[in-house]
Amino acid sequence: MDSTSAAGAADRPNVSAELPTIYTPHTPSEIAAMLAVVGVDSLDDLVAVPDAVALRGPVSVAPARAESEIAATFAGLAARAPGSAYTSFLGAGTYRHYTPPVVAALAMRGEFLTAYTPYQAEVSQGYLQAIYEWQTYISLLTGLDVANASVYDGATALAEGAIMAVNATGRKALLVSAAVHPNYRSVLRTYAEGLDLVIDELNYAADGTTDLEGLEGRLADKRYAAVIVQSPNFFGAVDTPASRTAAIKATGTLVIGVVAEALSLAALTPPARWGADIAVGEGQSFGVAMAYGGPHVGFIATTTEHLRRIPGRLVGRTVDKAGAPAYTLTLQAREQHIRREKATSNICTNQAHCALCATIYLAAMGQTGLRDCAAHNLARARELQTKVSAVGGVRLRFCAPTFNEFVVQVPGRASDVLTGLQRRRVLGGLDLGRFYPELADCILMTATELTTSDEIDLLVFALSEQVARATARV
Amino acid sequence: MSQPAGLLYSKEHEWVKVEGDTATVGITDYAQHSLGDIVYVELPRVGAALQQFGNIGVVESVKAVSDIYTPIGGEVVEVNAALENDPALLNREPFGAGWLFKLKVTDQAETGNLLSPESYDELTLAEE
Amino acid sequence: MRQLAFDTPLIFESGHPGRANRYLPAGPPLTDFLAPELLRDELPLPDNTELDVNRHFTRLSQKTFAIDLGFYPLGSCTMKYNPRINDAMANLPAFRDLHPFTPDELAQGALAVMWELERSLASLFGMAAFSLNPAAGAHAELTALLIAKAYFTKIGAAATRRTVIVPDTAHGTNPASAAMVGYRVVSLKSDARGRVSVDEIKAAIGSDTAVCMMTNPNTLGLFEDHIKEITDAVHAAGGLMYYDGANANALMGNSRPGDMGFDLMHLNLHKTFSIPHGGGGAGAGPVGVAKHLVPFLPVPLVTCNESTGAGGWESSDGKTFGLDFERPDAIGSMRSFWSNFAHMVRALAYVYANGFEGLTLVSKLAVLNANYIRASIKDVIDSPYDENCRHEFVVSAQQLKRETGVRALDIGKALLDRGYHAPTVYFPLLVPECLMIEPTETESKATLDAFIADFRAIVATAKSDPGAILDAPVNTVVRRIDETRAARQPDLRWHPNGAAGPARA
Repeated sequence: MDSTSAAGAADRPNVSAELPTIYTPHTPSEIAAMLAVVGVDSLDDLVAVPDAVALRGPVSVAPARAESEIAATFAGLAARAPGSAYTSFLGAGTYRHYTPPVVAALAMRGEFLTAYTPYQAEVSQGYLQAIYEWQTYISLLTGLDVANASVYDGATALAEGAIMAVNATGRKALLVSAAVHPNYRSVLRTYAEGLDLVIDELNYAADGTTDLEGLEGRLADKRYAAVIVQSPNFFGAVDTPASRTAAIKATGTLVIGVVAEALSLAALTPPARWGADIAVGEGQSFGVAMAYGGPHVGFIATTTEHLRRIPGRLVGRTVDKAGAPAYTLTLQAREQHIRREKATSNICTNQAHCALCATIYLAAMGQTGLRDCAAHNLARARELQTKVSAVGGVRLRFCAPTFNEFVVQVPGRASDVLTGLQRRRVLGGLDLGRFYPELADCILMTATELTTSDEIDLLVFALSEQVARATARV
Repeated sequence: MSQPAGLLYSKEHEWVKVEGDTATVGITDYAQHSLGDIVYVELPRVGAALQQFGNIGVVESVKAVSDIYTPIGGEVVEVNAALENDPALLNREPFGAGWLFKLKVTDQAETGNLLSPESYDELTLAEE
Repeated sequence: MRQLAFDTPLIFESGHPGRANRYLPAGPPLTDFLAPELLRDELPLPDNTELDVNRHFTRLSQKTFAIDLGFYPLGSCTMKYNPRINDAMANLPAFRDLHPFTPDELAQGALAVMWELERSLASLFGMAAFSLNPAAGAHAELTALLIAKAYFTKIGAAATRRTVIVPDTAHGTNPASAAMVGYRVVSLKSDARGRVSVDEIKAAIGSDTAVCMMTNPNTLGLFEDHIKEITDAVHAAGGLMYYDGANANALMGNSRPGDMGFDLMHLNLHKTFSIPHGGGGAGAGPVGVAKHLVPFLPVPLVTCNESTGAGGWESSDGKTFGLDFERPDAIGSMRSFWSNFAHMVRALAYVYANGFEGLTLVSKLAVLNANYIRASIKDVIDSPYDENCRHEFVVSAQQLKRETGVRALDIGKALLDRGYHAPTVYFPLLVPECLMIEPTETESKATLDAFIADFRAIVATAKSDPGAILDAPVNTVVRRIDETRAARQPDLRWHPNGAAGPARA
């Protein structure tokens, strides 16, 4: 935009007359008075820099506009992203669940939205208690002793959990199931690259669970810090090494359980009960918007044995000097701002606001609501599975029990079928060929409590069309 | 707090008492005072072989953390189990019941690298 | 200054067992679908009515200080006003309900948001490209150091270049991030002017130098005026320069890290670009790089299918976008999905509200506000670097402590009683009894005048009646916390059987 006009300059120095900045409250006379107190002639004097680094123009930044125009611009951009209006069977680490409006009504309160990290505990008791409640919910859901105040997302939670295992055992290798979410494994590898860790994989078996054949043999030389499995796994299957965890632990190897669909914790045997020492995962299903991938909220839970290795923030309950119950950030000596290069992790923020949304969701849903929600997910997924596998040419790819996702095999390429479904405004699921070349004819389909029978019938109709086309092509 | 006789000191505020071929190690009153309320102590394993001045553990207070460096080398024969449930012992009796660990000394001559009580006093006065 | 504060028992202590809300229809038994041995026996979570939930969390919100309540001069955090239009745009259903695996052709508007923001940031800060991947500043630092490691590996120098140089005023995440990439950390002493001296840098750099991490202005609020000599020296030694963007609020429109010679940088959108802090996250930390490092940026990058012109702003109108995963030299992925997208919407809304001129004014007024406070209190408290500052400055309560026993911590607590959040205390470590004050540009002169008067009154009280300050806060819902007990007897969660816990290992 143009620089200031002379008339504009008198009222708003350095600002174009057409573009008031609504967030800075200073009037010209106030600026002048303040400059006088500081003892300089102009704002430019205060921000002057040596010539060698002075701004070399021009700078091209999206142009300013009034707020009503901001809204109009975004309305246009939103209209160019119609994906959320399609009938969707996408899951694969981000899930479409019903979030009661009470969550947003509470979480968007200005006190919760615009607070900082609760370093000054006396004025942050609200958030501290809410995070203590989150820590409790995650502990109860995973069955483990303690959870931290949250981490960025499920993938980074896995990376941090793996680092915990490495620090606990002194071993620099990890054994990860190929049925763990591919993006999570990718992030684990990226972090491992930084720390010179070795990542080996366990294949998946014919039934869609992790192939544990010969596991004890692989662990015998005690090279692995942890065995890492996800349950339900990326294929939707219940996948725990329950019968083998004693043998795993006998080699001093830890078990890390990964949970990408947090709602499953309301129904399935919790990680502590099938042998996980550390549980990590994604809490987005608990009232956090999908939002094209973020922000979401990761969790880490573990036993008291590993408490001091937990990264990130922890809220503890104590008393104040008058003996009243009080909450505070605690065990901060582990964290980066004190330990610096010897910290358990570099992590600084948690995902406080997302963890708050999750805590409110869990409080509102309660055990009854969560159980019902899990039941509906199972019911809709069974219905979807039954009807889809009844389409000629389509079959269920894996036979292990599943939660709310499963894999179907289609004639031809999954990507072709999905493209065809898209023409019917249906997002049929995820093309597994994207991550597993041997599964290029497979689709990961997801149903939740929001999936309706009509939507399933639409998918089945569109799928039949695509199968007919694919069969004709062959 | 008065310093017991017969101790030698390191620049990192550890003390050591050598009796025969056993050495007892702790941190000084100056150190515990600087740290504030101690909440956790991480000690070496029994059986660990330590090098003189090696970083072998950690003392944590609420707001700070301090590495422990062993003032003399040797094999760890005992650690002070009382500190696990009562880290405050280290604040109350840094020279006595708050000792950290005992070593079987590898090389007595290493004591030559340590500070006498007078030299240690000078060090703490200079740091204040 | 007082307010009603309700007792808030834990949500677990006040449930209504069996009294469920009807958010969903009643569901069938789980055993209809899965064998009992796959199912959990019990789910020990409370049921609460919606009214219970509302009251519980509303009461908690009233025990939480926030920018929306009062002045929050936390140095290094940039607690500026969080505009509501940002949240409204982020919550548009088309964005809020968009699945990350949505095919690109159905997500063009979202990709356009990311592209416009990325182009704006690249130009504003003088970098060739930004990745919007990282979830926070610390996450971004880790990303940048992994990029540096990948770069040195590519040119065959990774084995020798093992050292990261960091000033003694650096944020704790800098050395922590370096350690996560296996780098050895060397700390530089700041000079008497509070800057990194060129001599000190030249003595520290060598053939083992991988990265020098700095921020400018530094954490003392002072502009590193020799920055160009420093970046030239590090480049001459074959190292890379990384800019910690925590203090970017001071330099928009007056200088750019790219022009200073930085090869890598990050921004904290939750500081400079008005994303709400949300009680400690989620943040967003885009990473910017110079041209030679673009191939190493994490996947995916947002690409535009149409070529853009050489100069001047081009909007996303009429263009098509995609997510590019086929990047052979990329360091990999840093997170499950593509970005903290909701925050990208917020940041772009903020850019739209300001434009280049607005952002330039933001920095100018941020710097003015900081200087105004410093000039108005430096006669009552020691300003160790007695020159005009940038967007933040430090004062030291060391002398006050010697005279009265009142420390930086205590001044902070006394400020809580008067309705302010305390400034940052005890950082950077270089300054004893340090308070770091950053007002930001969204505070009015009236607010600053009130703060100055209260600050001066606290210092005066410290001298006449130190006990009153040492006793603070008295107006808050709880008094000073027994943090020692919290650390010695960790109680990190509620237990169903009533025990405090977890038990010590």
